[in-house]
Amino acid sequence: MADPAPNTAPNRQWPDDRGRFGDYGGRFVAETLMPPILSLEQAYSDAKADPAFQAELDDFLTHYVGRPSPLYFAERLTEHAAKENGGAAKIYFKRDELNHTGAHKINNCMGQLLLAKRMGKQRIIAETGAGQHGVATATVAARLGMDCIVYMGAVDIVRQKPNVFRMRLLGAEVRAVHSGTATLKDAMNEALRDWVTNVEDTFYCIGTVAGPHPYPAMVRDFQAVIGHEAKAQIMEREGRLPDAVVACIGGGSNAMGLFHPFVPDESVRLIGVEAAGRGVKSGLHAASLNGGTPGILHGNRTYLLQDEHGQIADAHSISAGLDYPGIGPEHAHLHDIGRAEYVSATDDEALEHFQLCARLEGILPALEPSHAIPRTLDLAKELGPDGLIIMNMCGRGDKDVFTIADALGEDIAAGTEQ
Amino acid sequence: MSVRIDAVFAKGRPAFVAYIMGGDPDLEASQRVMNALPGAGVDIIELGFPFTDPMADGPVIEEAGIRARQAGTTLSSVIDMARAFRTTDADTPVILMGYANPVYHMGYEDFAETAADAGVDGAIIVDLPPEEDGPVRAAMDANGLSLIRLATPTTDAARLPIVVSGSSGFVYYVSMTGVTGAALVSGGSVADQVARVRTAANLPVVVGFGVKTGERAAEIARDADGVVVGSAIVKALHEEGEDAALALVRELAAATHANRRNR
Repeated sequence: MADPAPNTAPNRQWPDDRGRFGDYGGRFVAETLMPPILSLEQAYSDAKADPAFQAELDDFLTHYVGRPSPLYFAERLTEHAAKENGGAAKIYFKRDELNHTGAHKINNCMGQLLLAKRMGKQRIIAETGAGQHGVATATVAARLGMDCIVYMGAVDIVRQKPNVFRMRLLGAEVRAVHSGTATLKDAMNEALRDWVTNVEDTFYCIGTVAGPHPYPAMVRDFQAVIGHEAKAQIMEREGRLPDAVVACIGGGSNAMGLFHPFVPDESVRLIGVEAAGRGVKSGLHAASLNGGTPGILHGNRTYLLQDEHGQIADAHSISAGLDYPGIGPEHAHLHDIGRAEYVSATDDEALEHFQLCARLEGILPALEPSHAIPRTLDLAKELGPDGLIIMNMCGRGDKDVFTIADALGEDIAAGTEQ
Repeated sequence: MSVRIDAVFAKGRPAFVAYIMGGDPDLEASQRVMNALPGAGVDIIELGFPFTDPMADGPVIEEAGIRARQAGTTLSSVIDMARAFRTTDADTPVILMGYANPVYHMGYEDFAETAADAGVDGAIIVDLPPEEDGPVRAAMDANGLSLIRLATPTTDAARLPIVVSGSSGFVYYVSMTGVTGAALVSGGSVADQVARVRTAANLPVVVGFGVKTGERAAEIARDADGVVVGSAIVKALHEEGEDAALALVRELAAATHANRRNR
């Protein structure tokens, strides 16, 4: 039996019933996990069709998460680009860092944990890299009265200490993962091992648009609130669609959430910014599309960082949230068909633009969206003064201050003692 | 599909199936152990090929894979182990076991052709459920190799026929939900589960996951067509050396073979 033809249906039909986005996606899991994945798919499909589920989710998003998030004209950053160029496109930030818990991650957690409640699952597990998804999961689990276990790479625990403590304060158990590279991919392996062991009572809340079907589509749908709001807000503010929407990409959930409602609008460029670490040519990066090849990991076929024997390579990024050797399968498809553009930014560029944004806009961005800023500025110059750009400010930078102080050679712990 | 596999189950006694990680601790030592397995009573060899992210395995097999990769082991070099083994043993089936990505990277057709040419009998690819194994199964069918599928405690009555329909050679029943090498929650009989799978499949059913001792192997062999032991052998090899690992294999094989096949 040959593989059925790739699904090339228009966006609204992605994925097909086998979870395929073109040639990517699917359900590459051990047999033990197939039945729970199929029952999750059914439960999600039922919930989507149930107005009561959507009403409950909307109520939480409004009153607990704090949606809609503002669409903000980043005037001084726009002026900065214009000054260097003699004219630049208007840059808007979609302010998802203003959500409860400080990132876009909670949009998805709210949806998945309400689904878990509906399915009668009381034990929630999650993987986390930067800790934002872990914090969001712990937060919603606390609110809904569920047990929460978060798997986190030992390396990430060191570089994201404030988030580890936040998760514990919220009543979650944080389990350190020492295997492999002790980062996000290993946390995901360990969460999958937990799920395979405790499959009866456990709901696995995946934090990005990856993993086996239905996760990539489900997480996208829960994050698409970002794009739907942004579209309505820009129409109200500017009376037209933007020329481009820009977002950073690790697994790609904030980008997919922003892109999704704009995919059919062919005049809108979709631009994803991967983490180039010390440079894509250095080999020390996390840019799966710019520096990887197709393969199979964590339940889906997608672009991966790997060697010629199909062994997964280590990802490198100053940002724990982007430090993942894969990318969501829908991005892989949008890349292959040329609907979205994928560029990259280095650690140094992210650090420089973190500081620029802090000083010009009074916003401390997380290191993840700090990667999107340099490419947004480039684009603003390219488009010129008639252009219009929305960049997703998907997280705030409070969690990163220790990493940034370290990179800048400052000892902030000593500073507080003086 | 495989004449060698059919011959094993025609013997009328439960089969003892031993797993080792190819290339652990290095290719030379691993080859030595592999070649000695039939003499220690092993009826079928499951030869692991390493992967960086073995998400259905516990720490024992994950660490064996790390050692194998550090020694330079790849899927190709594990297939070469099977080829070298075939020059010393014409009868013992060799089943490759691992994850999809190295196979995908080699190319399903290249994989099937190379493995068949090396004298391999089949493969178990853990993260290719029936929904995803069509292309590799076609390539393996074309080359006379068995694709052995896993049935698990979560495989319900509706799903079981789908799972077993594409399996050939035998069906591997994973006796518990969990990763390889985990502690058994309870002993207990697998008779009902084995009967359920055997009826649906009309194929021999071997049982694995969580079997560590001769006593447990004997218990399972009362009902199953075969018993698989992996982590315990890999652990003994790493911690106590080749002689101790082979002694354990002899004990497990003898305990398994003490039963008559119950079907």
